[in-house]
Amino acid sequence: MSEQFEPVIIGFTCNWCSYRAADMAGTARIKYPPNVRLVRLMCSGRLDPTFVLKALSNGADGVLITGCHPGECHYLEQNYKALRRYHLLRRTLIGFGIEPERVKLVWASAAEGVQLAKQIAGFVDEIRALGPLAWSMPSKQQLVAEPSVMEEVPA
Amino acid sequence: MSHNGSKPTEKPKFAMYWASSCGGCEIAVLNIGPKILDVDAAFDVVFWPVAMDAKYKDVEAMDDGSILLTLFNGGIRNDENERLANLLRRKSQILVAFGSCAIEGCIPGLANFSSQDQIFDAVYASVSTDNAGGIRPKTHTTVPEGILHIPEFYPVLKTLDQVVDVDYYMPGCPPESHQIATVIDLVLAVLEGKAELPPKGAVIGAGDSTCCDECPRQRNVKKITKFVRIHEMDAIDPDLCLLEQGILCNGMATRSGCGALCPQHNAPCIGCYGPAEGVVDYGARIMSALASVIDSRDPDEIERILDGIPDPAGSFYRFNLAHSLLRTGKVG
Repeated sequence: MSEQFEPVIIGFTCNWCSYRAADMAGTARIKYPPNVRLVRLMCSGRLDPTFVLKALSNGADGVLITGCHPGECHYLEQNYKALRRYHLLRRTLIGFGIEPERVKLVWASAAEGVQLAKQIAGFVDEIRALGPLAWSMPSKQQLVAEPSVMEEVPA
Repeated sequence: MSHNGSKPTEKPKFAMYWASSCGGCEIAVLNIGPKILDVDAAFDVVFWPVAMDAKYKDVEAMDDGSILLTLFNGGIRNDENERLANLLRRKSQILVAFGSCAIEGCIPGLANFSSQDQIFDAVYASVSTDNAGGIRPKTHTTVPEGILHIPEFYPVLKTLDQVVDVDYYMPGCPPESHQIATVIDLVLAVLEGKAELPPKGAVIGAGDSTCCDECPRQRNVKKITKFVRIHEMDAIDPDLCLLEQGILCNGMATRSGCGALCPQHNAPCIGCYGPAEGVVDYGARIMSALASVIDSRDPDEIERILDGIPDPAGSFYRFNLAHSLLRTGKVG
């Protein structure tokens, strides 16, 4: 087996849609790469940008944000909040020299297990192509106190 | 805390030091007016390079813990800064990270966006520099008289608490003089046994709310459709929330304590009092708040609105970069 770079990806999923979609993928025995570690939120609107920055600073190579399709938020319109945070976050990451493609927003309803699994697989490939998150300056090792925290999280 | 010196008649000792900073903190201390005489009456000022002549070796000769109170301003940019931080930590009973630089990096901390080479290129090799020989600083230079030393420039600027244990944090760029006066009064009251010191690690000389809470401007439900910069505006409504007028104002993430001075003078809060209580990452809090009040559900329109913030990273981390999650100077 070749030593392929296996990215660590943190996925923030909404309790009402994408978390159930991931669940459904599991029930239907649809496979998706184990690189993604899902964290359940009650809503994508709960996603504080701090979570994304913390994941990236603690060793994640990419962050996946998933929520209900526009117009279908369980809490009416909080997924639009997530959408705006996502756009602002990507712009800010550019200022830090971090590729904005490392953060991705995906809409997935509770019925879309197949689609979510496909999106996850695609995102893992994209991050694998980007390579490990390497700061443009100084090295990550110089900056991050606990670089390997995420490795202990079971897949 | 009472002073436990061997000679009861001796005044407690006071020190103030500047590391990587501009000197504004020192001016703010002197700006407390006649109260500076109280400081002089109550303390023996043993080390304050801006105000009086003193040598590092004089500090090294002092007993450990012999200075009661040290106000340390400035970030840790080079090995001289770090040596003094360690020295003053050892000699001081109470070490206060004084001002934004010492606490969170402040403007000097913005250099953490760039590598050491980029910084040196800008200083020694840009169009504004006459340096035909391409000279770069070296820590050791041999001259006929011997070897000259200059401090080693670190790859990142670190905050004081990233190199030594800090007892208290006093925010501001610089801390407001009335807040300094309040803290001095507290210390004097503690010396007289009339008050107790706050718990270690506390933020002193500031509030525990946000700048917005101190701002007298009228606030309504925010629906932002456009960001503008002050110079692009014909007139600023003096009574309405600046953010509601489309001006990027960081008040909602910034600790109270200044009395919302800038917004009261038609200038937005840029965050010099640092993160409000409970904020982990200052910039993330601003992103969270701003994105919540942008009035659009359309990705293209959102992008167009965000074009009104030309430098999001610099605007959100102007004071806090060295203490942010992504560009902390912490070496692990």
